[in-house]
This record gives sequence, structure tokens and C-alpha cells, in this order.
Amino acid sequence: MKLKLVTMAVGAVMAAAPVMADLVFPSLSYRTGPYAAGGIPFADGYADYFTLLNERDGGIGGVPINMIECETGYNTQKGVECYEATKGEGALVYQPLSTGITYQLIPKATADDIPIHSMGYGRTSAANGKVFSHVFNYPGNYWNGASGAINYLLETNGDDLKGKKIALVYHNSAYGKEPIRTLEELQKKHGYDLTLLPVDHPGQEQKSQWLQIRREKPDFVLMWGWGVMNQVAIQEAANIRFPMENFIGIWWSGAEHDVLSAGDKANGYKALTFHNVGREFPVFDDIQKYVVDAGKAAGAGDQIGNVLYNRGMYAAMLAAEAAKTAQEMHGVADITSGQMRDGMEALMIDEAKMVSLGMPNFGPSFNVSCDNHGGPGLVGVTQWDAASQTWSMISDYKPTDMDVIGALIAEDSAAYAAENNIAESCN
Amino acid sequence: MFYREAGDFKTNYADDNQTFPIKFDRYRYYFVLFVAFAVIPFLINDYWVNAIFLPFLIYSIAAIGLNILVGYCGQVSLGTGGFMAVGAYACYKLMTSFPEINIFIHVLLAGGVTAGVGVLFGLPSLRIKGFYLAVATLAAQFFLVWLFNRVPWFYNYSASGQISAPERTLFGLEVTGPNTTAWAPYLFCLVILTICAVIARNLTRGMQGRKWMAIRDMDIAAEIIGVNPLKAKLSAFAVSSFFIGVAGALFFSVYLGAVEVGEAFGINQSFLVLFMIIIGGLGSIFGSFAGAAFLVLMPVLLKNVLVGGLGWPTDTAAHFEFLIVGALIVTFLIAEPHGLAQLWRVAKEKLRLWPFPH
Repeated sequence: MKLKLVTMAVGAVMAAAPVMADLVFPSLSYRTGPYAAGGIPFADGYADYFTLLNERDGGIGGVPINMIECETGYNTQKGVECYEATKGEGALVYQPLSTGITYQLIPKATADDIPIHSMGYGRTSAANGKVFSHVFNYPGNYWNGASGAINYLLETNGDDLKGKKIALVYHNSAYGKEPIRTLEELQKKHGYDLTLLPVDHPGQEQKSQWLQIRREKPDFVLMWGWGVMNQVAIQEAANIRFPMENFIGIWWSGAEHDVLSAGDKANGYKALTFHNVGREFPVFDDIQKYVVDAGKAAGAGDQIGNVLYNRGMYAAMLAAEAAKTAQEMHGVADITSGQMRDGMEALMIDEAKMVSLGMPNFGPSFNVSCDNHGGPGLVGVTQWDAASQTWSMISDYKPTDMDVIGALIAEDSAAYAAENNIAESCN
Repeated sequence: MFYREAGDFKTNYADDNQTFPIKFDRYRYYFVLFVAFAVIPFLINDYWVNAIFLPFLIYSIAAIGLNILVGYCGQVSLGTGGFMAVGAYACYKLMTSFPEINIFIHVLLAGGVTAGVGVLFGLPSLRIKGFYLAVATLAAQFFLVWLFNRVPWFYNYSASGQISAPERTLFGLEVTGPNTTAWAPYLFCLVILTICAVIARNLTRGMQGRKWMAIRDMDIAAEIIGVNPLKAKLSAFAVSSFFIGVAGALFFSVYLGAVEVGEAFGINQSFLVLFMIIIGGLGSIFGSFAGAAFLVLMPVLLKNVLVGGLGWPTDTAAHFEFLIVGALIVTFLIAEPHGLAQLWRVAKEKLRLWPFPH
């Protein structure tokens, strides 16, 4: 009881904080826990881009940005706490960087009229904006990823995968299970053999899975991993001398810290991507000048150019552009979350805009619309060079099999709509 | 002074055997009920409900359930997470299969299903004891999580294996789903918690509870004086699992709304509830509340103080949260190995003598 009283008192102090006229972007980050290695660079990139906009441009459309960070530890219960704690501050968009938390927030945020941008994660069928009015997953989703990987294999194997064996090593959770149905559909079309190898959270123990790979000798291994699971898998693959160029990870399994621990043996490992890698972009010079050198970087400032840092920055950029679009659409600078949703739905990214932002060829060009919250689903491939310790793009953003994916999205979103009594509509 | 038996005359057995024999305690109890039912619902918003009260109420139910098994009957269980998962998935299947039936009934039925599963996994307790039983229930934990991950029927064949609670109403008010008003799910859980606590309190001080405690204190002696170990142990597993199942159903349907079995009901959950009853006090209903409050509210409080109040970076605050909670647990257990409930008992003893302690 006493505890509760103290908590109440603290809560009352918190609730009394003044409300300022600014654009609130909550960052549900995780800098602790088993997935922190991926969470830190992403959160840094997300924060640094907003700091850059504040320092260089004075915010978005003249309104300063207030980024509130809340630690989730990749834990859904803490995610709920963070959501409830920040939504009252006027949050414009949530990017939880966790498929589990995204699932949880989908109905809540929709009811509260706050959009969610689950960029390359979350519920894939949210691409159907007629059912998921407040959820966006542009520019690509897991099913695009699965199809992109298969397309890449087709391309590099003379358009024929008949009789080839493909193994999927996946995180045994909602996240890891996402690609399975797509891979099974594509299996019917292209005639490969698919082996499924689940790895339980957090993924430190993968001996048996890799023993099976060693025994069955699949031609290719795909991986849907996150956190420590990636490092362990790449190390295990190196241990059984699996040819790295036949090992492809999803975009969450392709950062520097995933491959560095395996050293030279990780050379040639591939990962999918929906944005560019490296730090050779003008925007990073601005970040260096206005943010890092000014001592305002979110982290230590050493993550710039890291794959996940770039992704966090890309996510922040897309959010900022959507906010700009919303400001233009509604003619107000201090937008609400509902207006932000409209801005996200009308978002247009083309190369000219990317160049003007200092990110030439950083990501694909795409338009968002009500029936397509998922963007074009263009998928590129990157490869790790252990000698120079860099990732480089070896295949440009290419289209994926939307015939198969579109049907699956329609089916899964229809199931969700039926379960929750949602009528398909565009508003 | 005001806290003593003297002067509170009881003229019949019912009065003599009531839960709170001291007048002050009784009024305090009514006061707490009054505040919980008639004051808090008017004061709370979404944050208070979803971040503080719902987890506290639901974990209290789970802690009471586990306390019956571990604290009263002496059967150590590490399967709490798995049993909560049974409650959650049973509730999900019932909610989606029979949408027209009242959610309250679904929650109770989910508890019933869990009771059945609990009895099944309680069978080994007839042969094995102590740490060995803990390992057997650990097997239940892993098996159940694996089962719900593996068999698509349990999650209605959804692509990702996540289950999401559809919107359900009680007396025309939403208690699950996203469109709830803050007080409706709070009152829903509070009513269930109150019922569970009253049942648990009365079970444990009646004949059934005495049988459980006899088994806990020495099972051979209990058998000699005529306690059937089969019935006593399995009934403890059934009642305990029923409460845990109800907690799991509420955890999924009212609190989180969408869960993934490995993440929400993993081994961490089992340990968390076990720590609650150890810190709160084994064999005490009050201890279940105190332990749940300690482990649910403390991290939230620390987070709000460190990040909101002192403006620390979130990661440093998160690390310190672990440090402080951990240090507090160690300190508490050294200062009072019998948990917060024992502190409360000691305080009451002192109060009886106060202000003349000689």
C-alpha cells in the first residue's frame, strides 16, 4: 500500500509536466537485454537524425522535435508501459523495433489514432491499409524479404532451383515464423526443398540445428535471426565450413556486430537490405558537424555508417518526411497524430528528394497509398568483406514476387478483419 | 491502544472465526475495499491501469495461486509460466470459438482447463518431492510452451503464431480489446481478484488448507493421521492451477491483448511469480499481494524516478533498475527470510503492545 502511494505521488509529479508545442517522436528503444547489440545503433541513428533536424533546420517546418526515449528491453510488458507513458505526450508515430510489441500496439494505437511504422518488421499483412488503417510497413516487409532471397538465388543459379535444398534457420517467435508461409508458397512455384530449423530465444544454443545442416547439406541457408542468435549462427556456419556465399540473412541479420565475432571466416556472408550501407553520404557529414562534433550524439558517436545506425536514421528520415507531408496537406505546422497518419499514407519518396536530403541512392523510390501501406517491396543484397570490414551492395533493389505475396497479404488481413469485425475501407 | 482484541466482544462462533478478528483490521480491510472499488476507478487513466494496476492485480492472482501450491502445500513448482499459457490459450480458443458467450465465463472456464492440465502435471508429485518435483514441473513449463508454439490449432493457424484478443464486452462495456475505458478492465480484474482472494483465504484456513499444510509440514505424519496425499496434493495442484489459469487468461485478454507464448509465458514468468511469493511470504495471502506489488511496482517506480525525475539516460536507468531491485531483494531476504508478510506480522504484534511494550 505504501509503495502504491509513493508510486502515485511520483506519477502525479510526472503527469504535471508542462505540455509544449513540439512534434513528439517517441523512441521505444532497447539499449539493454539480449537484443541490445542491435537496438543501440538503431536508437542512436533514430535520435541523431532528429537532433540534426533540430540543430540544422530548427525542427520540421519550424516546429522543434521532442524525441522521448523509453527503454523496452525488447519486452512486451515494458513496451506497453512505454506506450502508455508516452502516448499522452502527443506522440506522432511509434516505431517499436520489435515484432512482439508491434502486434500488441496495432489495435491499441489504431484506437488511439496514432500511426505505427514497423519498417521491415511487425505484421506483414499490415501492408493492406484498408484493414490496418494506422499501421505502415513500407518500404519492405518480411514476405518481400523471403521472395527477394529466393529471387536472388534464382538469378544466381540460372533461374532454376528445382531439386535444390534450402534450409531456413529462424528465431522461434512471431518474427521468425513470418517468412515460412511465403517460402512454402514459393516452394510450390519453384520446386525447391525447404527445411525449417527453429532456434529458441535467445539463440545461444544452435548446435543441433547446425548439426542437421551438416548432415543434410542444404545448398542454401536462409536466416531470420536477431540479437545474439546471428553471431552464433554465423560462427556455427563457419565451424562446419558452410560456404558463406550460400548463407543469406534477412536485413535484421546483417549488421557489423553479427559478423565481426566470426572474423575472417565470415567473409562472403550475405544479407538482404532495403536501404544502402556505408557512410559515404552527405547527410553523415552534417550529422558529424551538427550532432557529433557538437557533443549531442545519442550514443558514443561511433556507430555512424553502421548498418543498423543507417536504418535507424532512415526510419527517422521517413518519419520526418511524412510529418512534412502532413504539414503541407493540413496547412498546420503543429500536426496531430491523426494528421501524421494522413501524411504517412500520402508519403512520396523519389530520388530527387533523397538527393536533396543528402542521401542519394540511399533507399528505393516509392509511394504509399491507402491500399498499399507496404511500399514496393524492393529488396537488395549486401555482402560482407571481412578484410576491409565493410558491407557492400552486390545486388540493387529489385522487385519481388507480388503475385504470391499480394494473395497472402489479402488472405491474412482478411482473417484479421474477420476476427476483429473490421470492414475494409479507405478514409 | 486501538489495535487489540480486548473490548471487541464476540458472541458466536462465526464472529470468533472471522478473517480479521481485530476491529481495526476489519475497518482497514473495508477501507481498502472501498478505495479499490469506489475511489480508484474515478481517478485512474490508461497509464495507471495498463502500466500499474492491471499487472499488479493479475500477478496477485497468479501469486495467490502459486502460494497455495508452494506456500501451503509445499509442492515446489516452476511451471507457472506454462500454466498461465494454458489459461491464455484456453481463453483465446474459447473467445474465438464462442464469441457470444460472456468473457467472465470464458475466463473461469480457462481456469478450469488449466486446473485439469495442472492435475495432470501434478501426478508426478505423488512420487517425487522437493527439488526433483521442481524439475518435473520445469518440464511442464517447457513442454507447454513448445506445444503452443508447435501446434497451429492453438493459435488458429495465424501466420506468425501470435494470438490477439478480440473485443469482448460485459454488461455492454468493453473489457478486452483496444477501445476500453480505463476503469472497466480494472474493475473486471479487481472483482476476479477479490473473489479469488476470498476463496483462497477461506480454503486455506478450513479443513482443506489444514490438510495441505499437514502435507507440507511432514507428509508421512499427515498420511498417518488420515490425510490422503493423493487427494491433498492433486487438489492443491488443481486449485493453484485454476488461479494461475485465470491469471493467464486475464494477462492475455485484458492486459496485453496480444501475446507470443515464448516471450510472455517463458521460464522468466515462472521465476517472477515464484520470487513474488518468496519475497512476499510463503503461506500467506497478504504475502502474495505484497510480493506482486514489490516486483511489479518497484521497476515502474524506479524507472519513473530515474528517467522521469532525474533525467538519466534510459539505458543507465535500466541497468540501475536491475541493480536496485536485486539489492533490495537480497536485503529483504537477509533482514526477513520469511518475506514481507512476516514484517507485517511482526508489525502487528508490536502494534498490539504499543504504546506499553512490557
